[in-house]
Amino acid sequence: MLIDKKHIGMKVPPHSVNLTAWQLKWFAKATGETNPIYFDEAAAHKAGLPGVLAPPTFFFCMDMDKEHPFDYLETMGCDLMKMLHGEQSFTYHKPVYSGDVLDFDGEITDIYDKRNGALQFVVKEVKVRRQGELVCDVRSVMVIRA
Amino acid sequence: MTKPNFDALNVGDELPSFTTEPVSRLTLALYATGSGDHHPLHLDQDYVRANGIPDVFAHGMLGMAYLGRLLTQWVPQAAIRSFGVRFTAITQIGERMVCTGKVVEKLEQGGEKCVRLELTCANEQGEAKHKGDAVVALA
Repeated sequence: MLIDKKHIGMKVPPHSVNLTAWQLKWFAKATGETNPIYFDEAAAHKAGLPGVLAPPTFFFCMDMDKEHPFDYLETMGCDLMKMLHGEQSFTYHKPVYSGDVLDFDGEITDIYDKRNGALQFVVKEVKVRRQGELVCDVRSVMVIRA
Repeated sequence: MTKPNFDALNVGDELPSFTTEPVSRLTLALYATGSGDHHPLHLDQDYVRANGIPDVFAHGMLGMAYLGRLLTQWVPQAAIRSFGVRFTAITQIGERMVCTGKVVEKLEQGGEKCVRLELTCANEQGEAKHKGDAVVALA
């Protein structure tokens, strides 16, 4: 069944994230990061940073940091077992650090299909703001297999 | 770290590449903790077998995080203007990820001198798992 394109423009329920040094420490360990500005608060301060620096892809983790990260696909009636991550991109405006509180405000910007509906694509674009200032644009494309 | 210089760089120049340790079940457990993504496809062999999949496989975003490291080992993170990937194949347990990048364009964007990079995360046999690009501002 094709996803109804009326969902283009749908707002995703917003959420906020308290970015912690603890979480970034585990992300750094998991990804083999060796630069201490990504996991050691004291090293980050010594480098002149206000906190531990969130690495480039961590915005995706924070975007997913909610009770039902794919609530928007469920609203469209998609079977999450048939979901794949197709594409991911980020446009960066300001770095973010442990101690920041970030607001995630997303919208469905496109829905399309390929191979006569065998693959359907749902594009979500999220604005990430810190105290109202835009820090990152996060664009995710999820693929739903027939 | 000496920041790469715009004038000295040419199209075709390669970033210092690296190859990761083999992706293990522990890697995926750690990535689940670090990222917050505890989907059973990456962690629970009983679950995946019950769904007709032979074994757990890596989070796509793990490979993108490795490509992020490729970038931040080359330039300070604040120089990265944009970064995107397409997930083209699944990474299996035991595979090493070979992360490479090269300059494909020199351009001006938003009044800044920038380079566009083509990025690839592949296994050791050369099968691309993620193909990406990034725009980085350089002095």
